[in-house]
Amino acid sequence: MNILGKLSWSAIPISEPEDMIASGLMILAAVGVLVWVTVKGRWPYLWQEWLTSVDHKRIGVMYCILALLMLLRGFVDAIMMRAQQVMAAGGAQGYLPPQHYDQIFSAHGTIMIFFMAMPFIIGLMNFAVPLQLGIRDVAFPTLNSVSLGLTASGILLTNISLVVGEFAKTGWVAYPPLSELRFSPGVGVDYYLWALQISGVGTLLTGINFVTTILKMRAPGMSYMRMPVFCWTALATNLLIVAAFPILTATFAMLLLDRYLGFHFFTNSGQGNPMMYVNLFWAWGHPEVYILILPAFGIFSEVFATFSGKPLFGYRSIVAATMAICVFSFLVWLHHFFTMGAGADVNGFFGIMTMIIAVPTGVKIFNWLFTMFGGRVRFTVPVLWSLGFMVTFVIGGMTGVLLAVPPADFQLHNSLFLVAHFHNVLIGGLFFGVMAGYNYWFPKAFGFTLSERWGKAAFWCWLVGFYVAFMPLYALGLMGMTRRLQHYDNAAWQPLLIVAAAGALIVLCGIICQIIQLIVSIRERDEHRDKTGDPWNGRTLEWATPSPPPAWNFPALPRVEGKDAFWTEKRRIRGSSTEEPTSLRYEPIEVPKNSATGFVTAFFAVLTGFALIWHIWWMAMLGLVGAFITILAFAWRERAEIEIPAALIERVDRAYREALSR
Amino acid sequence: MRDLFRGLQADISADRLRFGGRALTFVAVAGLGGCSQGVLDPQGPIASAEKTILLNSLGIMLAIVVPSILATLGIAFWFRASNPRALHLPDFEYSGLLEMIVWSIPAMTVLLLGGIAWIGAHELDPRKPIESSVKPIKVQVTSLDWKWLFIYPDEGIASVNTLTIPSGTPISFDLTSSGVMNSFFVPQLGSQIYTMAGMVTHLELQAQKPGVYPGFSAQFSGNGFADMNFVVNAVPRDQFAQWVASMRGKGPALDAQSYTALAQPSAAVAPLTYGSVASDLFGTIVQASTQPAGPPRAMPAAGRMEN
Repeated sequence: MNILGKLSWSAIPISEPEDMIASGLMILAAVGVLVWVTVKGRWPYLWQEWLTSVDHKRIGVMYCILALLMLLRGFVDAIMMRAQQVMAAGGAQGYLPPQHYDQIFSAHGTIMIFFMAMPFIIGLMNFAVPLQLGIRDVAFPTLNSVSLGLTASGILLTNISLVVGEFAKTGWVAYPPLSELRFSPGVGVDYYLWALQISGVGTLLTGINFVTTILKMRAPGMSYMRMPVFCWTALATNLLIVAAFPILTATFAMLLLDRYLGFHFFTNSGQGNPMMYVNLFWAWGHPEVYILILPAFGIFSEVFATFSGKPLFGYRSIVAATMAICVFSFLVWLHHFFTMGAGADVNGFFGIMTMIIAVPTGVKIFNWLFTMFGGRVRFTVPVLWSLGFMVTFVIGGMTGVLLAVPPADFQLHNSLFLVAHFHNVLIGGLFFGVMAGYNYWFPKAFGFTLSERWGKAAFWCWLVGFYVAFMPLYALGLMGMTRRLQHYDNAAWQPLLIVAAAGALIVLCGIICQIIQLIVSIRERDEHRDKTGDPWNGRTLEWATPSPPPAWNFPALPRVEGKDAFWTEKRRIRGSSTEEPTSLRYEPIEVPKNSATGFVTAFFAVLTGFALIWHIWWMAMLGLVGAFITILAFAWRERAEIEIPAALIERVDRAYREALSR
Repeated sequence: MRDLFRGLQADISADRLRFGGRALTFVAVAGLGGCSQGVLDPQGPIASAEKTILLNSLGIMLAIVVPSILATLGIAFWFRASNPRALHLPDFEYSGLLEMIVWSIPAMTVLLLGGIAWIGAHELDPRKPIESSVKPIKVQVTSLDWKWLFIYPDEGIASVNTLTIPSGTPISFDLTSSGVMNSFFVPQLGSQIYTMAGMVTHLELQAQKPGVYPGFSAQFSGNGFADMNFVVNAVPRDQFAQWVASMRGKGPALDAQSYTALAQPSAAVAPLTYGSVASDLFGTIVQASTQPAGPPRAMPAAGRMEN
């Protein structure tokens, strides 16, 4: 028996030039960063301030950085697919053989959903929710850092598959029997499964953490109906995570048992049932759609209210709509497979349920409209993303409802029309949302605003690029083009695919603008300092802190006396002639101590995952024991918290108040 | 208030022009789709009915969606911070009447569309027989890696990657798979349906008039997926009878042995026909696909890492 399991030198794809170039560049970039950090002597800083930090703001920022990096990786996949479909018309085969192309679309979907979208929303929630609730951290800070570590482990494993071995060639849904050992004997599906199992546990822990935080840890006076809408959507999303992610974990566990131990959950033989996987996958998969989109709705709600200088219209309606979506999202999963031969009653029922979910969504759109009505709308970058979202999302919602009509779906299922639809809602909804959130909260996180000029350029490139890239896909779907085609015979499709590729290039310009925006903003940070901590004239409590907020967020927990707590407070102060009493008594605050638990757990998770993928059993045991010992060490820690002296808090707070009064 | 509406009107008319342009492009593109064998160029009763449902649903929704988009742009523009003429209502956050309207507009739309969905799901249920005075032709479809096998049980012949059918005649399909999932789809004839090993799905389609219609798999199934195409030859009824007669007994026979050879993974297989078929081969295939298979599927174009 080989000590390295299935691993051998043949796992390195030396014979495939594109692959080697991609892996080479990736390794080079990673090594470059490591060398730079070493040369600059920044390891202690990185370790103490970031990698072992359990501060929710730092963790949030790290999640967002991961998401931005994976956006680049996923986008490279997208460009490669567009290029392939431009070339491979008629008899041509393009530049990517099927076994390579199939990995790319599988990786694109997996990365964009699990490693771009999820970390981005979780990052923004991490950053903003505790601040908005007026508290100092999440319920379980170290667990939060473990969640981040596990997510990063999944990301790392997925990217290792580029260099060592292969990724799944099954599409990101990995339906059996195609994903069973008989039809996918390689390690690709194992990379997919273990990467998602590990990051899935991280996501579930995040869900538990945030549900607990939001339900149990709000500032005094912050009743449920005074919570900012972003916190409501975060609550809904995390409830969905807690309810839905175990389904995914269990489903993947069954597929793993099939693949590793010869079980017959989803195999054709042994009375396995592949359709059961499809049901279970989408029982997670449809709530997942709302896990992603609800926080984006929350961000838009904050942005429209802030930049219109008005309270959100129909707050209770929006809360009700959010919770309704939260419940209904579990009753629509079958619309992903109307074409698997279910009866008319079943198809009809799930079609109608799917449409019903469009009602609360429509309500939100109108409520945002009325939020702007009578306001003074400032067209900042977050507002542009939000308006772009409203226009784009209603189109995507419309095509979604169209697909919910079973007879229409019989024709459009799995076509490029469907691909256009879900990119329409995911880019136009989720991505525009996280971009609005990124531009909105960036000054809070780093103390300076992002360049408006480059931000606007990025927005317009993304918006135009999106339409140019995906409207042709709607047409192609109607013309009968199905998804995941490595090549095609019908030459009439090629012109539209060229247009779509041009759209992807415009999006690329948008991404370049975003990179420039970040660089320019960092260079000119002194001109764009946010000295007051409230650059947008905000309404919620995160703007009642200095930018960036200190580790303890608030010197004393704020007393909340209504919705839009900070806005109410600002009005009250402006109304009263007496200055705020300076006799505030500062007391020492205990904050959770840094912990390497998350980082070390992540290390062992990667080790275990890699070992399991390659059947290196001794290494898997080592990794599991290591992870267990890490948890034990954490459980026996001497001190969980450190005390921040009152003098330091006083100094920071006085500086903030001075900046405010200036 | 009057100013407000005048401003809004001006915005709206400008937007309408812009949107007119986009709508025109969409129609042009869709028209293009019409002449290239897509779902907008139906050639049978099922596809025609589905196209009607598609366009009706789209129409109903556009009636809400277009005004919403225009209102979004109009309101955002009119209430821009630099417009001193705009109404200022800094505390406007609730109106019971508006809330009611806001909930009822999408609710009513969905009521209408829900009806379409429910009735459509029943009327166009894939397994519902097509009403016709003509006796349906039975075809048993098996998706193999990566080609399509069509067995005509009543005629005793079979074909690969080519499906000849009489026009104006309901075709009653039974479908299964030898291994992985696929989806049988001829866009111009209508509904697609999955093929799954050990299970039989049903589909009823009909070609209205003679013609050649492309078909393919709409569910990704592995390496040779992109070549999993077939053609549907719809021919006049008498010509179909002649074709059956000319095929029967000619060419190779499809029995358990030749089926095993055929089932080996291969892609871009040229159409071929079998002059005879072993009795209930389809039933045998459905049974056989649930048996434990031998070695893993071999990939014709070897992946870079197959251990």
